[in-house]
Parts: sequence; C-alpha cells; structure tokens
Amino acid sequence: MADLKIDIGGLLLKNPVMTASGTFGYGPEFDDFINVSDLGGIVVKGTTLEHREGNKYPRMAETPAGMLNSVGLQNKGVDYFAKHIYPAISHYDTHILVNVSGSRVEDYVKVCEVLNELEGIPGIELNISCPNVKEGGMAFGTSCPSAREVTKAVRAVYHKHLMVKLSPNVTSIAEIAKVVEDEGADSLSLINTLLGIAINAETRRPVLSTITGGLSGPAIKPIALRMVWQVANAVKIPIVGMGGIMNATDAIEFILAGASAIQVGTANFLDPTVTIKILRGIEEYLDRHNVATVKELVGAMECC
Amino acid sequence: MKKVTDFHVVEVQHLSHDTFIIVLQGTEPVIAVLPGQFAEVEVPGSPEVFLRRPLSVHGCDPVAGTISFYVKVVGKGTARMSELLPGEKVSVIYPLGNHFTILEEGRVLLVGGGTGVAPMLMLANKLKKAGAEPVMIIGGRSAADIHISDAYHAVAEMHVTTEDGSLGVKGRVTDHPLLKEEFNFNRIYTCGPDPMMKALSAIAREKGVVCEASLENTMACGFGACLCCVVKTTDGHKCVCTEGPVFDTTYLENW
Repeated sequence: MADLKIDIGGLLLKNPVMTASGTFGYGPEFDDFINVSDLGGIVVKGTTLEHREGNKYPRMAETPAGMLNSVGLQNKGVDYFAKHIYPAISHYDTHILVNVSGSRVEDYVKVCEVLNELEGIPGIELNISCPNVKEGGMAFGTSCPSAREVTKAVRAVYHKHLMVKLSPNVTSIAEIAKVVEDEGADSLSLINTLLGIAINAETRRPVLSTITGGLSGPAIKPIALRMVWQVANAVKIPIVGMGGIMNATDAIEFILAGASAIQVGTANFLDPTVTIKILRGIEEYLDRHNVATVKELVGAMECC
Repeated sequence: MKKVTDFHVVEVQHLSHDTFIIVLQGTEPVIAVLPGQFAEVEVPGSPEVFLRRPLSVHGCDPVAGTISFYVKVVGKGTARMSELLPGEKVSVIYPLGNHFTILEEGRVLLVGGGTGVAPMLMLANKLKKAGAEPVMIIGGRSAADIHISDAYHAVAEMHVTTEDGSLGVKGRVTDHPLLKEEFNFNRIYTCGPDPMMKALSAIAREKGVVCEASLENTMACGFGACLCCVVKTTDGHKCVCTEGPVFDTTYLENW
C-alpha cells in the first residue's frame, strides 16, 4: 500500500486530497455523504472581517463543461466563524484551513489575528484572487506590488501555515508566485476561477447579476495544469493544485505537473462523495505503478 | 439523512408534447420523501449538460422502491431526460430541502401552476391522512396543460383554471371564486411561477392565513455547499436548497 502522506510547507497531510473553498461549505454539509475526517484537509468558505450578504441572485450559470459563479463571499464574518462555526467543526480529524478575503489590507490582517487564536486551525488560505467582489479580492492578486503588500502584512501577524491562493487572471502567474514566496508564504494554491461572462441571447441580458463571474469545472483544467507547471518551475515552496479536477486521473495529472496536494472544487456539487473516490483512485494508481509514496510523483512529468 | 444513489428508469409517461412523469426504481431501499422535498437528478449521456437538475419529487413509494418526478422540457437537460429508456441508470441525490408543514384539521387550499403541480398530489395525500380537508386548484394556459388523474379526485376536491377557458374557470388561478368571495381556508400551499405565488401570498395576507410557497431556483449543488440559489428574506440571503424550497411567504422580502 502506497504512502499517501505529504508535507506541504510544514503542514503534514495524511493524504493529498483537500477541498476547495466555496465548494464544501464548512464540512457538515457533507457529513451525510462521506467521513470528512478521511480527507487530507478542507478549506472552508471565504471569510471576511464583516458579515457579507454576497451578490444578488442569479449567481450561477451552467456552461459547457463547467459553471460560472458570482456568489461574492457571502459569509457571517470572522467573529461569527470563531464563536459559532469553529466549535462545530473542530472535531474533524483533518486539517481545517480558513480561506481569508477582504477589501483592505488591514481587514485581512484583523481576520488573521482572530484566526491565530484558534488552536484547531493550523493555517489559512489567503484569497487574493476572488473575482466576484467589487473591491479588493482579485485586485490584490493581479499585480506584484499589491500581492507583496498583503502577503507581507499578513505574514507579520499570522504565525501558522500561510497558503496563498493565486488568480489565473494575470499575464504571468509565475511572477506573482515568486513575489508571494519572497514574502514568506509557506505554500501556494492555484488556480482560482477564470473571469467569464454568460449571455442569454433571447433576452440580450447577462445571466449573472454581476455580469462577470468565475469559471470553474473541467473546462479550465488544461489552463490550471499549465499554470501549476509554470509556478512549480518558478518557486521552491509546495503547490496545491486545483481547477477542474473531477476524478483521480485528473488529480494525478496535477501532481505530475508539480502539485504536492490537490483541491477538489466544483466536482463536489455533482457528486458529494467524489473526494473519497479520488482518494481511493490515487491509492490505486500508485499501487498499479509501483510508486511507494505520493511525494515521488510530485513534478514527475517526463518531458523528453 | 441525504444520500447519493443509483436508480433505474422504469418508464417515462408522456403527458403532452413537453410534459412527462419519469418513474425510477431504487437500487437500494428508498427513503420516504416528504411533500415539497426535492432531488438532484443526473442527466446521463448528455455531455453538454454539466450539472444535475433539481426536481421536486412528485411521488415516492418506499414499499415499491420507486420515486417519480413531474417534469416539463425547458432545456437540454430536461429534453434528454424525456428520452431516457427503461433500465437506464440515473444517479440521484435525495431527499433535499425542507417540506410543506402538514395541518391536521380544517380546509386547506393547494394551488399548482404549470409544473408547480409536481408536489401537490403527495401533499394532498399527506394532508388528508393527517385529518385536513384538501381543496386543489390546478392552473394552466389551456386544457392541454392540465393532467389530473383519478388519484387527485380521490384525495382532494379538484378545481381547474385555464387562461383560454378551454377547461374549468377561465382566467388565472387567482380569478377562481375560491380565492375571492368563496375563500374559506386555513392555509394556502402553492408551487408554480413566482407571479402566481406572489398573488396568492397577497391574498393570504389579506385573509390573515399562512401561505407556504415552494420556490424554484438555479442550483449547482442542492445541499448548501455552493450558495448559488439564494432568495432575499427578511433575514438576508438564504439558500433555497437548505432553508427552503418551502417558505412561509411573510419571510420573503418583496412578497
């Protein structure tokens, strides 16, 4: 039986299968379907300093091989999370990372200060790539100076694992990755959604209330693989890959491209048990290829 | 307890050119579904259809191991579903959402418009069994939209409205005398187009009774993970899939 354990920048995962923020709620939504503690880690819904109502309905459009969303970080704020949600999920025997977002650098900092105090939260995923909020979010992750500023400010106050989630809506994702690594990130997760539009030809109106939204699902997988590979060649810190992973083969492809672990996102909506199927599939692949540890497979794509 | 499980198609009963009932047989014991609950149904063999389709449960018989859905073809997903053949495998996530509350006495009004008729037979059965007296109005554009079997007449006092007057009272459901001078109900239960349900909500408010409406919404997951299917309530955005689909309409903003 292959060894599935993997160390991502000091965070030891029992296996490389995590869930992507915004696609897994806080975990209990999946209790009827799977044993959440079987996963390598979960990343809970984007959390901001203040309560946010999110964007107006409609927030979702189905597209060929994917979907657009513009939820807009609906959440009850970090204090509510710490008081009411955290106690209800801290029993999970897996790493719970909180995805942190905001409109201002000082907001990110305040959220991280609160999360620092929660013993059962070993790390955060700094979201500098949400495309669905008017201010902040993706704006931080699309230029090197602002990515540097927010990572630096958070690193100064946050002492546990700092994963930074990168936006694909940039000219060079490797440049952003290097800046974030310089500022002390422990790992990188990529990619967030790609900015897109869906239009209803009959009504001549955009489908989403926000006009643009974030594209996810298998449609974006080749782009995500390319970006994981580019970033893996540019930085030394571990990468958590995501973007259209629907099955174990997709997950293996991300690992071969250079990801140490993976996050499953949109696939959770189609099959709430998919994460466990992917986990079993990775195990089966490693055994079939006589690979003793997941680690050996990281970045093992053979180009010539 | 929700689960994701495989069913096999028993039959597709075509009621008209665009409306059908699909009956599925469980591969595992079937969970009893309550009136108003829904399921996320896979559309097999259709690469263009990425997401499951949220469908209100029309019938559920745990003894026979079957579940059925009343569906109107509105796009590629439902069109493909109408072509499914007996024996084809369909993955279903169910039972999802809350349900209509069941009164145990008094006259109650059930109003279904279009495919909003889907949960009404189950609801009427449950209400009658509990001791209430169900009266039902089914509304459509014309007689071709109205599909009422003997099972409806067996359980509820039935009324029909059609916009062209080809069956029952001419006009919309709200034009029916039962919703005007003859109104004598403890509660309104409704499922159908939003404008119809809003009009019923206004009547309920005027008469001082509760109106429970089952909302339809665009969903990605159906179980509270994606936060796509929100409706504006007096308490902020709520997911139709987990806080609904059935809402007391006084809780909905601008209703």
